[in-house]
Amino acid sequence: MTIMTYSAAAKAALAEEMRRDPYVWAVGEDLGRGGVFGQYAGLVEEFGPDRISDAPISEAAIMGACVGAAMTGTRPVVEMRFSDFALCAVDELVNQAAKARFMFGGQSKVPLVVREPIGMWRSSAAQHSQSLESWYAHIPGLVVVCPSTPADNKALLKAAIRCDDPVVYMEHKNLWPMEGEVPDGEILLPFGKARQVQQGGDITMVSWSAQVHVCAEAAKSLAAEGIGVDLWDLRTLWPWDREAILTSAAKTGRAVIVHEAVQVGGFGAEIAATIAEHTGARVSRLGAPRAPIGYAPPVENAVRVTASQIVAHARTALNG
Amino acid sequence: MSSLRNTDIARLRAHHRLMWRIRKLEEAALRGLKAGVVLGAIHPSIGQEAVAAGAVGNLRRDDILLSTHRGHGHTLAKGADSEAMLRELFGRVGGTCGGKGGSMHIADFSVGMLGANGVVGANIVIAAGSAHAIKLRGEDRVVCCIFGDGAINRGPFLEGLNWAAVFKLPVLFVCEDNGFAATTRTSTMTAGGGPAVRAEAFGIPATLVDGNDVQAVDEAAARLIGEIRAGGGPRFLHAKTYRLTGHTGVDPAAYRPAAEVEAARMLEPILRCAEVLRSAGLSEAELEADRGAAEAEMDIAYEAAFAAPYPGPEEAFRDVQDAGSPEEVAF
Repeated sequence: MTIMTYSAAAKAALAEEMRRDPYVWAVGEDLGRGGVFGQYAGLVEEFGPDRISDAPISEAAIMGACVGAAMTGTRPVVEMRFSDFALCAVDELVNQAAKARFMFGGQSKVPLVVREPIGMWRSSAAQHSQSLESWYAHIPGLVVVCPSTPADNKALLKAAIRCDDPVVYMEHKNLWPMEGEVPDGEILLPFGKARQVQQGGDITMVSWSAQVHVCAEAAKSLAAEGIGVDLWDLRTLWPWDREAILTSAAKTGRAVIVHEAVQVGGFGAEIAATIAEHTGARVSRLGAPRAPIGYAPPVENAVRVTASQIVAHARTALNG
Repeated sequence: MSSLRNTDIARLRAHHRLMWRIRKLEEAALRGLKAGVVLGAIHPSIGQEAVAAGAVGNLRRDDILLSTHRGHGHTLAKGADSEAMLRELFGRVGGTCGGKGGSMHIADFSVGMLGANGVVGANIVIAAGSAHAIKLRGEDRVVCCIFGDGAINRGPFLEGLNWAAVFKLPVLFVCEDNGFAATTRTSTMTAGGGPAVRAEAFGIPATLVDGNDVQAVDEAAARLIGEIRAGGGPRFLHAKTYRLTGHTGVDPAAYRPAAEVEAARMLEPILRCAEVLRSAGLSEAELEADRGAAEAEMDIAYEAAFAAPYPGPEEAFRDVQDAGSPEEVAF
């Protein structure tokens, strides 16, 4: 085991995969200077500017070029800087990358990973704070990954790079400095296997990305009240671990899904509906209000899903 | 023109044959559309065949082509099989994409044709990236990206050209300028000096040709592809042509005067090519043989495609993706 940050773990994953496969390369704005969050720092020195490539501020070109590059025998890692900016490249991702394999009758796969950092991060305001994972979970052809720990960020990024599907890889900006134990040696995780964060018999709680840690904090408070939370980190939204979640919900009879993203049309709705369709469990969701994210801390915090809200929500769910 | 060398005559004759094959393929497709056999929209390139023959004809089989929604001619010129193409247009088993793409997503990776595209201009950045991969892999292949004049007002045109120029990539950009962006006269919606001026603003050398003169397109494309393959970076070819049909197979194109279309018909590329061949000594029988052979090929292809079955419903779930199961959350 090595203690590593979430950011360093991803960098280690990319470096290992680039050493393993000469056709893995990364491209995005400012990568030659380590990327906007430093998550590529030092890689250009090892791999050179062709494989850790700068790019114009031109998200459509970055994504579109990587679709072409992925269909021509390379495996690009596409850096979008912020998931908000990736919206400039939605045609390239949704109409091109996600569809090419199907509409060309299986003649080509599109093995690319697009890194789209998500989430609220110190007054980043409305265009640098969104969590848009549910948009991509809606699109056939895409894989959606939302790692919550350094170990997962390493293992899932490695798996994403090896995956032949286009993978939307959403790291949470608030987690970059988070430290954690990362197993030494080769680690890979399959997609669609949730992590049981803690066991509990009273209520199933499902989350992903940074919100998992807020849920864990809430679960601690609930434990003090004698409420056992069966907490799951989904890790990947598509595919998602239906089996684990349905089994847990059937067992506890109560399930709550918590996410940082806007609640309306969020992926929590999909999980809640699935639980309701397949188990007798009572389900509810807790996400952000349907408002843009503000700059001033009181405005920003007003749409943040907090541990105390989760605790209150869980209590209501149990008593309702 | 009688000074054409024998090799030139042979090359021009090959263009003549190919242009007839494209014309007859599209006539067959239009016949299929009328009969309800072609299921979705098609966008004929009748009148524009010289661009496909002249430009794509200069590519090697392992070179790469990215095309547009109006891409039948380009695809056939790259070497796709006519019957497989008609099967695709009819949505049948044995189509180039197994009947799952149709006209607007026709592709044949076995001949380096990486796809038509239903989104105007989207192929430009994809082409730049394909060329980027070729450069990273150290290969000597070239990418040819064909798009229409309407595409030059989309962001990916500017972003893709900049990308190709910045990374000095092996791409030939071909603006197949038929004067219309769907049903709108492109000149009414385009500021500035047009495609070549925009390309040159990125430092990409641009060449203007009469896109209805297959020899001119051929010569320009041969020179530009030679420069690209020698490591010169991207080049731009602006080929002016005219779309003799409507935007789609059902568009009567009533938005333009009949006299304009008639005048354009006198300048269409197959007639012009035949004229040159005639003056070089080819007989009417030889010229007619090219037309007849193309027609016979497409008639046979039509019948074979028509006889082919539709793919089964299980194809709806094949080749979606490796991860997860597409049927999992259905119904």
